[in-house]
Amino acid sequence: MSPRAACRLEAFGFEQVYDYTPGIADWKAAGLPIEGETSETQLVSDATRPDVPTASPDELLGAVLDRTTDAGWDEALVIDCDGVVVGRLRSAAWEQNRGLRVEEVMEPGPTTVRANAALGPLVERMEKRGTALVTVTTPQGVLIGVLLRTDAQQLLTGESPEQIWIDCDGCPGRWKAR
Amino acid sequence: MVTNIDRYALLSLLDQGAVVLDVLPESEYGSGHIPGALNIPLRGLDAEAVAGLHRDKPVVVY
Repeated sequence: MSPRAACRLEAFGFEQVYDYTPGIADWKAAGLPIEGETSETQLVSDATRPDVPTASPDELLGAVLDRTTDAGWDEALVIDCDGVVVGRLRSAAWEQNRGLRVEEVMEPGPTTVRANAALGPLVERMEKRGTALVTVTTPQGVLIGVLLRTDAQQLLTGESPEQIWIDCDGCPGRWKAR
Repeated sequence: MVTNIDRYALLSLLDQGAVVLDVLPESEYGSGHIPGALNIPLRGLDAEAVAGLHRDKPVVVY
């Protein structure tokens, strides 16, 4: 549809015509804001936390550990120079030698979801599998943030995700996966 | 000549004041569109519909 519109605009004398071919689906999947009557369906983007610690594959584990724990997290995501998620560092990795590089201990290819996915069905799947956290990326794999199951559950029941952040381990500003 | 762009280029064009045209049907536009986008459904996209737009500014359609 948009290629035909772009051609018409050129015919009408517009000098700089661009076609955003990926369209609104791509925009929503990236978690960018939209205007209009939003669906009553709650989306992954509604509960995504963008502040998850990140690391590059060639970093030393010790530096990542310090940065991650200082931020109140017990895991980090590994991204390449383009921001694409390439791995995940869970707490078990911290027990390794701090001198190892991230790529030596990370779990490659973590499961990812799109920001415009419906929240309810995803949470059901997370509950069944005992998954506490999933990574949210654009369709191209670029990191947007993470979805914590506890955040999503609270949002679906009408409570603020921020309350969970505080209530989860009784220590404001820190979160611990259940 | 029409240039196909990705999201990053669109964001850059928005910073430059580009006009965004949503050519989807009104119902789809109403259910969510890029902030600031104007809705001119494709079947209504004629010279009269775009008469008020500046022809020397970048226009992005989707």
